[in-house]
Amino acid sequence: MEYAETTTGATKGEQHQPIRVYLVVWGLLFVLSAMSYFLDYFDVHPDWLRHFLITAFALIKAALIVGFFMHMRFERLGLILAILLPPLLLLALVAILLPEGNYVAGVRELFLGR
Amino acid sequence: MERRSKHTLKSPSQLVSDWASDLSAFKVVWGKAMMWIFLLSDTFIFGSFIASYASARLAASATNSWPSPKEVFALRIGQTEVPLLLIAIMTVVLISSSGTMAIAVYHAYAKRKVQTAVFMVITALLGLTFVSMQAFEWTHLIVDLGFRPWANPMGAPQFGSSFFMLTGFHGLHVTIGVIYLTAVAVRVLKGIYDRGSYVGVEICGLYWHFVDLVWVFIFAFFYLF
Repeated sequence: MEYAETTTGATKGEQHQPIRVYLVVWGLLFVLSAMSYFLDYFDVHPDWLRHFLITAFALIKAALIVGFFMHMRFERLGLILAILLPPLLLLALVAILLPEGNYVAGVRELFLGR
Repeated sequence: MERRSKHTLKSPSQLVSDWASDLSAFKVVWGKAMMWIFLLSDTFIFGSFIASYASARLAASATNSWPSPKEVFALRIGQTEVPLLLIAIMTVVLISSSGTMAIAVYHAYAKRKVQTAVFMVITALLGLTFVSMQAFEWTHLIVDLGFRPWANPMGAPQFGSSFFMLTGFHGLHVTIGVIYLTAVAVRVLKGIYDRGSYVGVEICGLYWHFVDLVWVFIFAFFYLF
């Protein structure tokens, strides 16, 4: 069933991404992974800086994969919003579970001692 | 008249025609929209796993008992212990497979049958390599180091449950992906996509890139944090 393909500019647009773009993104993914690994290997201090950079690199890698490899940047806004907005709800889950983890840590400290 | 219209409004055939009518919100091929929606639901599954892992790890901070991934996943090369070596290699393999998949999709747009299939098979082989290394890692952890989902000799028992849950579910996705890739590569070679379009390859690519995407976060948050 090819009904949708003729009506969308999206499938056409993707063909204009030259192979060089894929190779550059691929290279960037390697570099970012290596940088994350070495941040941990050399135990970069302070902790918050290391954690911040590892998270930032992961998010950049995710954006590169979704945008270039999964061609999200060629999709219509309707699809982009439908797919990228709902995962933000996970932030609510994190906002509930992290204080919960801290609370459990507090209780353990209180009753199990150090 | 009144009764009859009420009846037809609730009839199964009405329901089917409503839901199957040619309405589309997403102006892409049906299969592609459905794959994106499936991946969205998968995002929630993995997101929940990672959030619960974060909570368990935070709770273990009271007794400072979370085993250091650096020590758990160290690999001995000669005399020196290299931390996370196997994990680094696995990451390289999976990123490489994502790259070859992107190239397969690139060839698929140009309808180059053989190149598409070749790069898909390379991707599947890299995926298989990844799963094999994960199997090796699991064996090492379970047999040599005595890790179990409910306990381990190095500290917080939640380490095992988080680890086996996260990497197990991810490994399952990779395994399914290898089968999926192989099946689509066979269809490419059979010329099934020549009759219509090669969008099936692109949809398969979406799934495979998602598997890589999940690994990005497992690598960052479970192994490196």
